[in-house]
Amino acid sequence: MPTTAPAAHALGDVTASDSTLRRFLHGLPGVDAVGLEARAASLGTRSIKTTAKAYAIDLAISMVDLTTLEGADTPGKVRALGVKAVHPDPTDRTTPTTAAVCVYPDMVAAAKEAVAGSGVKVASVATAFPAGRAALDVKLADVRDAVSAGADEVDMVIDRGAFLAGNYMKVYDEIVAVREALGSSARLKVIFETGELSTYDNIRRASWLGMLAGADFIKTSTGKVAVNATPANTLLMLEAVRDFRAQTGVQVGVKPAGGIRTSKDAIKFLVLVNETAGEDWLDNHWFRFGASSLLNDLLMQRQKLATGRYSGPDYVTVD
Amino acid sequence: MASVFEYAPAPESRSVVDIAPSYGLFIDGEFTDAADGRVFKSISPSTEEVLSEVAQAGEADVDRAVKAARKAFEKWSALPGSERAKYLFRIARIIQERSRELAVLETLDNGKPIKETRDADLPLVAAHFFYYAGWADKLEHAGFGASPRPLGVAGQVIPWNFPLLMLAWKIAPALATGNTVVLKPAETTPLSALFFADICRQAGLPKGVVNILPGYGDAGAALVGHEDVNKVAFTGSTAVGKEIARTVAGTRKKLTLELGGKGANIVFDDAPIDQAVEGIVTGIFFNQGQVCCAGSRLLVQESIRDELLDSLKRRLSTLRLGDPLDKNTDIGAINSAEQLARITALTEQGEAEGAERWSPACELPSSGYWFAPTLFTNVTQAHTIARDEIFGPVLSVLTFRTPDEAVAKANNSQYGLSAGIWTEKGSRILAVANKLRAGVVWSNTFNKFDPTSPFGGYKESGFGREGGRHGLEAYLAPSSPEGER
Repeated sequence: MPTTAPAAHALGDVTASDSTLRRFLHGLPGVDAVGLEARAASLGTRSIKTTAKAYAIDLAISMVDLTTLEGADTPGKVRALGVKAVHPDPTDRTTPTTAAVCVYPDMVAAAKEAVAGSGVKVASVATAFPAGRAALDVKLADVRDAVSAGADEVDMVIDRGAFLAGNYMKVYDEIVAVREALGSSARLKVIFETGELSTYDNIRRASWLGMLAGADFIKTSTGKVAVNATPANTLLMLEAVRDFRAQTGVQVGVKPAGGIRTSKDAIKFLVLVNETAGEDWLDNHWFRFGASSLLNDLLMQRQKLATGRYSGPDYVTVD
Repeated sequence: MASVFEYAPAPESRSVVDIAPSYGLFIDGEFTDAADGRVFKSISPSTEEVLSEVAQAGEADVDRAVKAARKAFEKWSALPGSERAKYLFRIARIIQERSRELAVLETLDNGKPIKETRDADLPLVAAHFFYYAGWADKLEHAGFGASPRPLGVAGQVIPWNFPLLMLAWKIAPALATGNTVVLKPAETTPLSALFFADICRQAGLPKGVVNILPGYGDAGAALVGHEDVNKVAFTGSTAVGKEIARTVAGTRKKLTLELGGKGANIVFDDAPIDQAVEGIVTGIFFNQGQVCCAGSRLLVQESIRDELLDSLKRRLSTLRLGDPLDKNTDIGAINSAEQLARITALTEQGEAEGAERWSPACELPSSGYWFAPTLFTNVTQAHTIARDEIFGPVLSVLTFRTPDEAVAKANNSQYGLSAGIWTEKGSRILAVANKLRAGVVWSNTFNKFDPTSPFGGYKESGFGREGGRHGLEAYLAPSSPEGER
């Protein structure tokens, strides 16, 4: 799948200078927080049953970036995760594989080996994840490490400090630099850490900033702070990718991460995708869930739909 | 609309509500036939299925009900406020307990989506009773004198668009203030009022305090014209409202009218666009636009007209029209054949006068009364569809250039019930809101209701306020013995 090139042409030269970029980002329509959250809540009341539920659960499984990002990660742990990604439910081989496994750069090789030949991608966080507080050289070295170990996708974090200080060009330049370091082989996910950006206006600005700089995916969060993916911030980012494609013709993916644990939640997010960005995004090339425990709940719900009864946590694998 | 993610049917169960094949009038605590034995059928507008046969009140029944209410008034008004509050709290709790049943019933009888009856109508109905229950023992502190008194018998006539909610708006403040009630629900939606009668019995409300008379306009006219009624409250069309005002003129009856509207929803170029689109949709498509305070005129700043219309059309294409009992339905049925004919006639007139009509691709069910969400562009102040209340899912789009022009156009209407302002600029919200002649002005939202907030109109949208502390005033006489007739 070819990666998308930085595509600012349709938007003229908004990234020509710090001031043009600032004017553009601050000229985006504001977000009314009450209205945004009400819309997300209202879509959350959609009732997804029977055939629609079966479709949604399989789609959600295929969109999971099965993640382990712990200090205690070992090659053994990562191998187990890789096997799980390839065969989420060993009792039912019709279960789709997950989209990817997501690990730290030094675990990419182990992950690659575990998923070899399956089509499951290996995503690596990089750029001094999760804080992103390091020199650009260090961040780029981190990225090159991941790519040379075979990462198909890189999940970078933006410099939230620079963003909050209003230094948008610095954030932009860093994303562009990472994009270049990736070459054309890997796809780039840009993590905003929405919980630290705090306001919806900031999240909208960050979304456009990331897309202008060439993100293949915009991603809510690291999973390492108090507030991670929410229906409202994901809805907002879905509006951003929808509008960006309308203006530039370039489609960008969305990845909510952190805090999505149940099938019910995942289905609500898919409803947001369906009714906001539209069905072009209902594919793991354009939408992902960054999650670890979500997969087992999806599998239990899948078994329930197939057999008519709940099995229980001992009937899905613990990895 | 075929989609890869097709939502399977998700119907709310009909079995939670048990509709009897026939219902009587509710007078003096008992269900009874009409004096002349007349009945009428209540049908489900989404399928045209007959739901039940209901006794049809006539003049003799009105007289009987008013007498029962008069008789009950003496004891009811003499109860301490805290005792009346207990009944109201009890009614509110029963409504909450039976809310699923009542939501399904209302959806069947009215045609509106279960999503709305479940998430809007019923919670608001209970909230109204809770709110006014709280006032019942605090009337001395409401600002209407040291010991305000009830008026007597209230004759109340309500519309079909929010049958149970309009009942709550009328009955809750009337009972809290010590009045007794004779209420006539609309002829197309009598059932939830009759279930409410049952709730009154379940709550042990004394006989005669609430009387429910299903019927047509003649029963309504007899009620508002009855000489022993002290207070008339009406919600409905401006034409009928004027008739009532003429009937009541020269009597000592107190009158409140909540009539039509042609609400302006004003979107400035600095609005939060995505939320404004939601607000426009809520403003005109909530309850199929059959809302007196609907935002039926969209006034959009010309500089963002095209962008906003693109977003709005894209959003309308996602609206789900169909079985009102399906939990995923956004747009239900029009309440009656008569209303559908009115909407159809006015939209045809819109086209004939040169406005441009647009609807999303949308399949209408083969039986029942349905109208696709519709918007008209190239509408000016001179078009009938910009002036007359359509009371349906039809939005007229007009443009303006400056805030002054927006205000002038918004106010250029015989009505003055509601308005909306969309801008991220707080100072503009305040400046514009102060100049709008509308009883309710929403900013960066629309069609939000709360029992604590007064609601009512300017100009031909009526007078008097319902809801909030203000809503008590219509049912109280100041401290002097003026309340005695």
